[in-house]
Amino acid sequence: MSAPAPPTPPAATIPDAEQVAKAMRRFIADIGPAAALAMESCVHCGRCAEACQFYVQTNDPRYTPIHKIAPLKQAYERELGPFAFVYRLFGLAPQVTAKELESWQALIYDSCNMCGRCSLICPMAIDIADLVERARHGLFEAGLVPADYLGALAEKEQATGSPYGLTQAQFRDMLHDIGLKHGVVMHVDEAKADIIPTVSSIDLKMFPASMAAIARILNHMGVSWTFRTDGFDADNAALTAGDRAGQRKITLGIIRAALACGARTVVMPECGHAFTEMRWEAANSFGQALPFRVVQITELLAEGLSDGRIRVNPGVGERATYHDACQLSRRGGASAAPRLILRALGVDLREMGDAGDANWCCGGGGGVALVKRAQPLRDLAFQIKRRQVEATGAGTVYTSCSGCRQTLEHGGKTANWTSTVASLLERVADTLAHNQKD
Amino acid sequence: MTLLEFARGPALQASALIMIAGMAWRMAGILLLRRRPQYAASRHSLARRMGGGASLILSRFIPRRTFWPRIAVGVMLSAVFHLGLALVFFGGAPHILLVHQATGLIWPNLPKGLIVMASGLTLAAMIALIVRRRLHPVLRLLSTADDYVSWLLVFLPVLTGILLSGEAIGDYGSLLTLHILSVEALMIWLPFGKLMHSVLVFAGRWTMGVTFARKGAAT
Repeated sequence: MSAPAPPTPPAATIPDAEQVAKAMRRFIADIGPAAALAMESCVHCGRCAEACQFYVQTNDPRYTPIHKIAPLKQAYERELGPFAFVYRLFGLAPQVTAKELESWQALIYDSCNMCGRCSLICPMAIDIADLVERARHGLFEAGLVPADYLGALAEKEQATGSPYGLTQAQFRDMLHDIGLKHGVVMHVDEAKADIIPTVSSIDLKMFPASMAAIARILNHMGVSWTFRTDGFDADNAALTAGDRAGQRKITLGIIRAALACGARTVVMPECGHAFTEMRWEAANSFGQALPFRVVQITELLAEGLSDGRIRVNPGVGERATYHDACQLSRRGGASAAPRLILRALGVDLREMGDAGDANWCCGGGGGVALVKRAQPLRDLAFQIKRRQVEATGAGTVYTSCSGCRQTLEHGGKTANWTSTVASLLERVADTLAHNQKD
Repeated sequence: MTLLEFARGPALQASALIMIAGMAWRMAGILLLRRRPQYAASRHSLARRMGGGASLILSRFIPRRTFWPRIAVGVMLSAVFHLGLALVFFGGAPHILLVHQATGLIWPNLPKGLIVMASGLTLAAMIALIVRRRLHPVLRLLSTADDYVSWLLVFLPVLTGILLSGEAIGDYGSLLTLHILSVEALMIWLPFGKLMHSVLVFAGRWTMGVTFARKGAAT
């Protein structure tokens, strides 16, 4: 394994031997048949590089997706693979060193959005994004999560349930203020409700109007719903940090909140990874099938528009494009819902090249937006999205992920876009037809 | 016992045994790892998930259109190599005869001229692929000894096969012995290196197809 030229990693506080042991334990514990099959299958064809925005924009071979999981593969071959004894006997896969783990940190955290575009091109169908997530688990255990931001987020999340360290009381006050400001009735901590919406920490910090929007829509639908301050922030930065314990804690908090009020539906906010975690992983953390369904907000909106519970006043010919969040479309199977919504809104949809399943990530996904030192690389990756958006000539770029929205807004500002970036949820809320129940 | 007799007899049996046992060991080592149960509600029925697996096995033979401009060269070389090899192996009369003797199965062979042409194209594609592997920065970074050993162990049977088909070149008996021994070397190596992808490709594609169909995601 040749080490990449590393940006300076933070000084490790755990002794080297312990660091390696912790990473190895986690790597090994995380590998099941699917991950093993993936690592055994690679034919070193390099095609995955051609689907990765970081490689495409830099031509730097270190950004080849499968190369980013080299320490995980080395650990697998040495400790767990069918021929591990041969690898150890002949020294074919030496023990991963603390230095190698440190030098790989930047590849695993800064230059992978876990967008999974590489999984579409791989002739062996290797889900590299999934392997990167496992590699992050090992690095987190070894204390090698980027310390500038992501680690702090995950720690706050463990303490309060919110990446920004928001307490239940603070959230309750915040919801009250938002309700007053936007003139919308907020249901908070009600004992029984059919639907509980969750929020993203990015919404809490940057886009509080989205909470008013979901409240307005649920009131309009006439359903029984409530925010629960004991399980509200679904952002789960611990997931992208690789903090399995933190990830589980946040998830179980939301599950308990839903169970406490007898919810039949838990609604995920405009956040890709929140959906991935709650829709596809939460039941596994819970140890059984969830007694409620999990939907992403666009799915709920599409359902409501289809069955008539949501009525909107469609506009005329607003020229817009839609940016797919990778975790919702390619990896979440929710590509159709936003398009149904846009049609109902009367939007003149100008799709970007590769829209839907093969979309390009905005560059900020997978927690990369949280790593400050990754900004130059992230900005470079964003140039693909910039070109795609500009080619549509759209006046508005809609998205259903506040992380993407944040990255697009930042990128758009830098590129002096005249088009605006907007939330699909907020757009629906602004377009609701008058309703006696509102 | 002559070397040819050895190659046709005990060596063939031993290499077949090593190949089968090695493949079984490797597959068992992968598939018997601890599985995490999946409790999340699937978007689709079991039948559609199975369909997703089957569909991905087929669909990955041809990359999505959007990727072609960046990967055309590698894909075409790889396609020529794999198709050529398949034609030679399954269409060559001596290979069919060998399979017939071993299993009783038989099918019509392809004309010798076509087989020679396919062998030549396969050989040319292999040379281009190895040159590309040495020159392309990504491939150079990813390459390990396995890539070169595997390449050599496929190259030798193709090369000796072409020489055999020429008949006039060299001593036929010696060439045949070399050809058989080189195939046996390939068989022995197959379970231990990347050539195992000939089996793993189906398992890998099936796994992703089923997993992603479960999510209603792109396959």
